[in-house]
Amino acid sequence: MLTILFDGIAYGMLLFLIASGLAVTLGLMNFVNLAHGAFAMSGGYLAAVLSTRMGVPFLATLPLAFLFAALLGALLEPTLYRRLYRRPHLDQVLFSIGLVFMAVAATDYFFGATQQFVNLPPYLQGRFEVAGVGIGVYRLFIIVLCGLLTVALQLILTRTRFGSRLRAAVDDPRVASGLGINVNVVFLTTFAFGSGLAGLGGALGAELLGLDPTFPLKYMIYFLVVVAVGGTTTITGPLLASLLLGVADVAGKYYVPKLGAFIIYCVMIIVLIARPQGLFSRAAAK
Amino acid sequence: MARGHDDPGTALRSFARSAGARRWEFALWTLALLALFVFPRQASLWNEIAILALFALSLDLILGYGGIVSLGQAAFLGTGCYAAALFAKHVYNDPITGLFVGGAAAAAVGLVTSPLVLRGTDLTRLMVTLGVASILYELANRFDSITGGADGLQGVVMGPVLGRYSFGLDGHVAYAYSLTVLFLLFVVARRVVRSPFGYSLKAIRDNRLRAMAVGIGVNSRLASVYTLAAAYAGVAGALLAQTTGFASLDVLDFHRSADVMLVLVIGGTGYLYGGLIGAVLFKVMYDVLSTLTPQYWQFWLGLVLVVIVLVGHERLVSPWRALERRLSGHGGTGRADTGAGQ
Repeated sequence: MLTILFDGIAYGMLLFLIASGLAVTLGLMNFVNLAHGAFAMSGGYLAAVLSTRMGVPFLATLPLAFLFAALLGALLEPTLYRRLYRRPHLDQVLFSIGLVFMAVAATDYFFGATQQFVNLPPYLQGRFEVAGVGIGVYRLFIIVLCGLLTVALQLILTRTRFGSRLRAAVDDPRVASGLGINVNVVFLTTFAFGSGLAGLGGALGAELLGLDPTFPLKYMIYFLVVVAVGGTTTITGPLLASLLLGVADVAGKYYVPKLGAFIIYCVMIIVLIARPQGLFSRAAAK
Repeated sequence: MARGHDDPGTALRSFARSAGARRWEFALWTLALLALFVFPRQASLWNEIAILALFALSLDLILGYGGIVSLGQAAFLGTGCYAAALFAKHVYNDPITGLFVGGAAAAAVGLVTSPLVLRGTDLTRLMVTLGVASILYELANRFDSITGGADGLQGVVMGPVLGRYSFGLDGHVAYAYSLTVLFLLFVVARRVVRSPFGYSLKAIRDNRLRAMAVGIGVNSRLASVYTLAAAYAGVAGALLAQTTGFASLDVLDFHRSADVMLVLVIGGTGYLYGGLIGAVLFKVMYDVLSTLTPQYWQFWLGLVLVVIVLVGHERLVSPWRALERRLSGHGGTGRADTGAGQ
C-alpha cells in the first residue's frame, strides 16, 4: 500500500519534471506545445546511447541530456516557435503535432522501433525496506533530485531578477521591451530551460516510463493533464497535480489494471469542467 | 446588414445567389463519379477517400463553422463504426438502416458530451475532446467481449444495398454507395450552413460576445452543430464498418483525429469543400509516401503540417491573393487567413 504511494510519488515527480517546462511555455508564454514530449525523448535517447554504447557513467549523462535538449530548444525557438506565438491555438497545435510526427519517425529511423534502456550503476539499483515499506533506491534518487530541482525552480521564478523579467515579459511584452528587457532573449532562455528540464526528465524516466519512438505521443496527454489540471499560474499547482496523477495512475494500474487510464481521463474531464482554470489556481487575472 | 434592412429584395437575392449551385461544383461531383469509370481498379481507394471526406466534413462543421477546436473527432467515428458493425452483426444487416443507427449512436454521444465543449478555453476543449475519445478507446478495449478488443470485431456480413446491390470485392458498389451518402449529406450540410442557423454559427465563431449581445442562443446552437457533426462522423464510421466488414480499435485511435485535422488543414476550413479536396490530396499523398518510405511516411506528413502552418494556408494555395492583400496594406500582421477559397 505505502509502496504504491511511494512509487506513485516517484512517478509523479518525473511527470512534474518533464511537464514543468510545458507549464512555463503554456502558462507563461501561452503556447500549446504538444511536441514537448519530443524534447524529453531526445534527452532520454541521449542518455541511453551514451550510457550503453559509449560507457559514459549514468550520472554524467544527466547533465548532458539537459544540455542537449536545451540546445535543441534553443535552436528551434528562434527558427520555428517564435513565429507562432501570436497565432491562434489551432495553428500551434497543428504545428507541434507535425513536429511530434517528425520526431517519432526520425527516432524510428535512427534507433529502430525497439525500446531503449539506460545503464544504471549498481548503487542506484536494488531496494531496501523501512518499516515494511519497500523503497527502490532509484525511485528515492528521483524523488530527492526532483524535489531539489522544484525548490530551485520556484526560487528562480519568484526571487531572481530573471524571474521577474520573465513575468514582466509575459504580462506585457511591449512595455517590458520598453523598459529595456530583451523579450526575445528572455523567451529563448526560458524555452531552452524548459526543454532542458524535459530532457533531464526523459533521461531520468527512461527506466520508469519506458523509452521508444512513440514516447512523445504516449505521454503527451499525461503532460497536458498535469498542466491543465494543475493550472499554470504557479509551480505548486502542476506539482500537486502530477503527484496526484502519478499516485492515481500507479494505484489504478495496480488495483484495476484494465481501467487504469480510464479513471484518469474521467477525473481530468471532471476537473476541467468544474474548474476550467485548473484545480489549484486562483481565478486567472486575464 | 443595414442595406438588407432597407431593401429586403437585395438581401434575398444575394442569399439566393449564394445558395445556388455553381458550375464548378457540378464539375467536381461529376469528376468524382467519373473516377469510378476511369479508374475502376482503384475503387476501394476512392471509397476510402469518400469516407475520409465525410469525416473531414463533420470536423469542418464544428471547426470551420462552430469554431470549436477538437482533437477527439475519432470518438464519433468509432462510435458510428462499432454501432453499425454490431447492429449488422446482431440485429439486421441492411446497410441503410445501419447508417441511421451509426449516425444516431454518434449523435447521442455528441449530444451527451456537448455541454463539455461549451466551457473553458481552446486548451480545455482540446483536452476534453481528446479525453472523451481516449475514454471511448479504453472502454472499447475493456469490453472486449462486445467489441472484440484489440483483435477487432470480425464477421460483419452486410446485406445488399437497397436489397439489390451487394458489396463485391472490387469495391465498385462500396464507392458508389459511399459517394451517394457523401453527396446527400454534403447537400444537407450546404443547406444548413447557408441557412439563418449557419449564419448565426459564423457570427458565434467570429465573435461570441457580440453574437450573444445580438440575442443568439450561443450554447444551444453550438450544442446543435456539435451533435450534427457527431452524427456526420458517425455515418462516416458506419460506412467504414459496412464497406470493410470490420471494426477495430484503430477507428478510435488518436491518429484518426490528428489525420482528419490534417485533411482539413490541407483543404482549408469554413467552406465545406475543404474536407473533400483535403481528403483527396491527403490520400494521394499518403499513397505516394507510403510506397516510397513504408515505415517513415509519418515524417513527411509531419513536415507537410509544419510547412503549412509556418507558411500559412492562404499563401500556399493562392499566393497572388496574399500578395495583393499585402500590397494593399492589410496583410501587415502576417496572420494568414485559414478561410481561403471563399
